[in-house]
Formats: sequence, C-alpha cells, structure tokens
Amino acid sequence: MCLAVPARIVEMNGDQAVADTMGNRWHIRTTLTPEVKLGDIVLVHAGYAIAKVDEEEARKTWELFEQIADMEAQQQRAQGGEDAT
Amino acid sequence: MRLDAIQSAREQIENACAKIGRPVGVMEVCGTHTVALFRYGIRSLLPKNLKLLSGPGCPVCVTDQGYVDTVIELAQRTDCLIATYGDMIRVPGKATSLERLSLPNVRVVLSSDDAVSLAKNHPDKTIIFVAVGFETTTPATAVAMAQAEKLGLENFTALCGHKRVLPAMRALLSGRNDKIDAFLCPGHVSVILGSGAYEPIVKEFHRPCVVAGFEVEQILSGLAKICEQLAQNEFAVDSVYGLAVRPEGNRTAQQWIENYFELCDGPWRGLGRIPEGSLRIREKYAKFDAQKRFGIEQMPAEEPRGCLCGQVLCGLIEPNQCKLFGKKCTLDHPVGPCMVSTEGACAAWYKYQK
Repeated sequence: MCLAVPARIVEMNGDQAVADTMGNRWHIRTTLTPEVKLGDIVLVHAGYAIAKVDEEEARKTWELFEQIADMEAQQQRAQGGEDAT
Repeated sequence: MRLDAIQSAREQIENACAKIGRPVGVMEVCGTHTVALFRYGIRSLLPKNLKLLSGPGCPVCVTDQGYVDTVIELAQRTDCLIATYGDMIRVPGKATSLERLSLPNVRVVLSSDDAVSLAKNHPDKTIIFVAVGFETTTPATAVAMAQAEKLGLENFTALCGHKRVLPAMRALLSGRNDKIDAFLCPGHVSVILGSGAYEPIVKEFHRPCVVAGFEVEQILSGLAKICEQLAQNEFAVDSVYGLAVRPEGNRTAQQWIENYFELCDGPWRGLGRIPEGSLRIREKYAKFDAQKRFGIEQMPAEEPRGCLCGQVLCGLIEPNQCKLFGKKCTLDHPVGPCMVSTEGACAAWYKYQK
C-alpha cells in the first residue's frame, strides 16, 4: 500500500498535474510538494506527489518495475496461468 | 542494478555477522520490503545467523476487525457509497468481506481525490472514504477534507483508521521483544516523517534504524549498514534511500496531518491498543468524520480463532509456525489479515516459499 512510483510532471495547473511513468499518464495532486515545477520528477503515492526525486533514482525504480513485470509474466507462464492474481 | 555493489554489500553483511557471532534479528517494518525480500530471494543470500522479521508495516494487516466490520455494516446502507483503496476489499471482518458481499455501492479508488470526485458526482449519496494507512496516505485524507470544504461538499466523509508507524515500533521494543536487534525502516513513510524521526527510538532503545528503498541494492546496503553498526556495537539512524528522504521529512505533508488529525490510542490488529498509535479527525472537521456522522461506536475487535497474525506481526514467530498456515489459511481462503494483503508476511511466505 505504501509503494510510491516516480513520475515526471508533464502538465500543471495549480496543485493539479498530469504525471508520466513509463508512458502511462495520470492525474495527480502536488498539494504536498508545493516546490515542484513542470518537468520535475516526483514520487507519487496514492495520487499525491510526496517528494521530488532525481533522474537517476527514478530510472532505477522504473527499471525495477520492468524487471518485476517480466518476472511475474514468466512466473505466470510457468504456472500455466493458474494464479491470475 | 549494479552487481558489484550487491556483491560488496553481501560481503559486508557476511563479515559483520561473523563478527557478531550470535543470532541477529532485523525487522523490516514495511510490507513492501517483505515482498521485495521474497521476490528477489534476498533471504537466501544472507548468512544463517541473520534473521529477517516481518513487522507490522502493512496498513491492511494491522487494521482491526472492528473497523472492517464497521465498513461492512455501512456498506449495506443504500444512501451511502463506500470509497476504498483496493487492498481493503478482501480483508475479512467477523463474517465476510466487502469483496465477498460484492455490493453495488462499494467503489475502489486510487486516491482520496477520487473519493471527493464521487461526492461531487453523487450528491444524493453520502461518501464514506475508508481512510486507512500510515503517514503516506494520511496527508492525502487531510487534503481531501480541505477539497470537500472548498467545493462545499456536505456529503463527503472519512472513516478514520489512520495509524502511526513510530509508536508501533516503540510498542514492539517496549514489549520486551528481544528478537529485534535493529529496524530496516520503511522508505516512503520516511519520505514524510524524515529519517530524523527515528532518533528518539535509537537513543532510547539502542537499536540501529536504517531507511532503505525497495531495490535489491538498497535493501542489501541497508542491511549491511545495520550489521556493521551491530558489529561495532553502535546505534544510529542512517539512510540509503537517497535524496527523497531528508532528515526533516516532508514538512508540508506533516503540517497537513497535524492540522486535520490528533493523536489517540487505538487498536492494532494483533498488537492491541498502542498509545498514540492512531489518529482521529479533529473536532474542527467533525462534519467530515464518518464516525460522528453515523454515530458509530467501534465494535470490539476479535481475532479469528487460531490465527497467530499478531505474533507474526511482532516478529515472534514465522508464518509457517501458525497451525492455520497453508491449511485453513491460504491465498484463496485467507483467515488472518497477513494472508489477505499482498504485502502481508503470510501471503509473501505462501507465495514465494511454499
């Protein structure tokens, strides 16, 4: 539940923003991080930016997500799709 | 991921643990750490005398049954809409769960903001936002109340089940739990609280507290820092999480929590009442407080029979030492909260180590 995702702010209007993670875009709020600007990378948790992060940190996490997705896909193939959750 | 960094952290851990020469227990407070440790097989990389204990850091797991039953009861009302994070719908109350009931007025939301939108779009219903979680989700509930106020939405309420991580860590150590030598502290909660928040625990209980993120390299280097401290007989706060965790944390988010909530003693599943371990909505915002709006008195929390989740959450036993584990309690038919949540210790054990 406490997992946050790094995302780049691609649109901003007051404390409402559109954030991009690996091509997925969604609406977030920047109420808790008033210092962030368009183009910044933030950690998003449950729809809210909670901290600004740097490019390098974000990239590491994005890579990790890709690995997890690959691993889960492999696991599911190995289990013959028996565990779809 | 840098293999050389992983290898060198592993060596550091091994050397330090050899030097310590006795069993070492490190509690990973956060459920996301628990899952990462299993997913990456990190446990198998560690020396035999280093034991990782899964802590109470999964908000779903520690939400008491009385709270869940209250949500289930409110969900039967036709004049309400329940807005909940997805993790909560599978959690069993005394008799059933939101998922099993599959009621039309239960909506899964990704953010407290979505709950406010529901209130805007359904003026004929009262929205009950299932406000659970630690310091990561608490400020979002506060912002939602402010938003509802701004939009003049009288039909937005929150059922406050928010909890605080630090008092729980303190309660674990005060309970004469001698299995915990150090804490691997939760990354994202620490973004809000700041690494400095652990200083009093380190000072009072002489246990290293190291904040780590969720990548293999970070978890291992966090463990390496802990083991080196223990080998040197030192106790300090440290962080390997990088820039996102500052000593003072996110002051804006802390201020939102402070403005809308006050401390109270509250029940944690498996751990009992923890002094100042819970939050309630301040009187000033009582109109958003579902508990007050619906005149709810919390039902007494009962643990499912034979379920040892409480001992698992304290790091006193491992999941497979519970008689229900893998028999009566499985991923498909969970009995206790640690099997329900994807971040629960029992679910992680079952999935990865069965």
